[in-house]
Amino acid sequence: MANPPLAAAPPRPRRKRPRSFTTERRPGFLVYGILLAFFLGSTYPLWYSLVIGSSDPGVFASAWPPLLPGGQFWHNVAEVFNTVDFWAALGNSLVVSSVITLSVVSFSTLAGYAFAKLRFRGREGLLVFVIATLAVPTQLGIIPLFMMMKEFGWTGSLGAIMIPTLVTAFGVFFMRQYLVDNIPDELIEAARVDGASMIGTFWHVGVPAARPAMAILSLFTFMTAWTDYLWPMLVAPQNPTLQVALSQLQSARYVDYTIVMAGALMATIPLLVLFVVAGRQLVSGIMAGAVKG
Amino acid sequence: MQPGPGSADPGPAEEENIFMSTLTNKPPGSGTGHLRRKARPASPTPEKLLEERHSGPQRRRHLFSRLDYKYSPYLYISPFFILFGLVGLFPLVYTFVVSINDWDLLGGAGDWVGLENYAAELSSPLFWNSLFNTFSIFLLSAIPQLVIATFIAAMLDQNLRAKTFWRMSVLVPYVVTPVAVTLIFSNAFDEKYGLINNLLQLVNLDPVAWKTSVFPSHLAIAAMVNWRWTGYNALILLAAMQAVPRELHESAAIDGAGMLRRFFSITLPGIRPTMIFVIITATIGGLQIFTEPKLFNASSSVPGGPDRQYQTTVLYLWDLAFNRGDFGRASAVAWMLFLIIILIGVANFLLSGKIASSGEKRAGRRPMRRGRNASRPGMTGKPAGGQDMTETRRRDHG
Repeated sequence: MANPPLAAAPPRPRRKRPRSFTTERRPGFLVYGILLAFFLGSTYPLWYSLVIGSSDPGVFASAWPPLLPGGQFWHNVAEVFNTVDFWAALGNSLVVSSVITLSVVSFSTLAGYAFAKLRFRGREGLLVFVIATLAVPTQLGIIPLFMMMKEFGWTGSLGAIMIPTLVTAFGVFFMRQYLVDNIPDELIEAARVDGASMIGTFWHVGVPAARPAMAILSLFTFMTAWTDYLWPMLVAPQNPTLQVALSQLQSARYVDYTIVMAGALMATIPLLVLFVVAGRQLVSGIMAGAVKG
Repeated sequence: MQPGPGSADPGPAEEENIFMSTLTNKPPGSGTGHLRRKARPASPTPEKLLEERHSGPQRRRHLFSRLDYKYSPYLYISPFFILFGLVGLFPLVYTFVVSINDWDLLGGAGDWVGLENYAAELSSPLFWNSLFNTFSIFLLSAIPQLVIATFIAAMLDQNLRAKTFWRMSVLVPYVVTPVAVTLIFSNAFDEKYGLINNLLQLVNLDPVAWKTSVFPSHLAIAAMVNWRWTGYNALILLAAMQAVPRELHESAAIDGAGMLRRFFSITLPGIRPTMIFVIITATIGGLQIFTEPKLFNASSSVPGGPDRQYQTTVLYLWDLAFNRGDFGRASAVAWMLFLIIILIGVANFLLSGKIASSGEKRAGRRPMRRGRNASRPGMTGKPAGGQDMTETRRRDHG
């Protein structure tokens, strides 16, 4: 920061940018109309999956695309349960995503804190290394990874699904960027003067300060783990996550799209719930830079 | 410097003793276990330090706090580096080893073949086809996406009522997983019964062979990517737009610049670094697209279309490795794709480095006014590095 260190830096207050009424008039209907159209386009595919997922296969014979849901939803849901073990897949996804999230967030906070607030030889170099690996497509290492899992006899286990994403360079970088600004050095110095050990300082100063960023990182790590398809499909098809089970619906010999659509909708519901609960945090997380391709 | 584990040096044992004795002397307080672990790598120093200083409980506490201070950081970053090395970097590097061997899924490591796998792939029309498809789909998704996202961000940047609602509304597609997106769109693009062809026929247009011809299939797959990511990118760009100083807009408005003029002359230059960032992430993700082409057409026995119309490179790699069992050639493909992505990344980095430095000049002129929630990690490495230097300097006084 440009300004000289303050004696006891208080958390910087959020400064609202001054709005002037000459340029900040309320926009007209056109803007709302465009946004509404975009919103309808954003939600229509979900509506479409509900319409098809609640119809019987005859729906495809009609010339006009149907607009309203039919009465077959529960029948199709039952068919989904008959075709794949939905609950087991849901459980697998929950376990895999939770463990990955826990691991990524803990290790990222620890490393991010060290990079942001502790002095050690090689810090700059190692941080550059972390930043450089942000752009490295580690997904391309799947062949040796698969060989390793096979060698250890781990294929088919949930552990094998989790292993490649237990840490991410992104998480470390994200936590570091947040903590650099959000822990006053004076607080750490004070804890040290008071005789706190390093880990004690981390626990009592670092973690509380890191909490907002940890929440955002958790959210995005969970989402990423939940949506992953290639690796779980490859390493543990017999122990499918929700995404893999969903794809298996389609690979049945005879594809009944009404059932596939019902399944797609069912698999989307958990994340829709998450969206309703934490949508605001997702938005502010993305806007604060929790960005990941 | 440290005696190897095999050498019969009494050093380690002695060191252990020192630690044990000091540990027992030391009043317990702060988890002796982790202290010992942390102090381990310090092997030569404790002896030296003990010689230098008179021993006494006070001194020893001092010593431990020093060791704690000095080596804890390494302990904190090591889980990341160890795990990342094992499951992130090692497999990538080992991919190269596999690629220069005649490696088989079932037979395992075969003969060393040098760069033969690379030569074979470079002369394989299937490889080039996959690269063409990947880039075609990437461009069809990246360009419209960026344009629309910028437009939507500009709409969201207005002084809207129910701001949060509109911001959330563009994010709905993001919570639909790629597998679900693909299943839904795959149905809508069905050649016989799909929604899109139905609509086309309603207005007396010919149905399009979305799943069996090259360009339409690319368009359909790009539509899935666009649908899921446009709103997400709009939010990133919105954040960047909000960091553009309002005074610029105001003074331009006073000088008589209209909305469009202000958008092109103020907003767009202001969000350029973020644009570059969005492009980089879109490139890294877009060149590795797999799920959408894999699941687009379930009835095709060849992954990526009956004639590989939309077989992307990662899909081709997967097919080579796990359907045909040719790990060697698949690894060569992986490495070439890796190099392509890195090359594009480096090009982008150089480009964004230039832009960031010109952006810093601009930033220097205006006062710090962003508030804390506008500090965007992940935008560019540059400002972070700058902060870091002041950080280090300040700590040096302590």
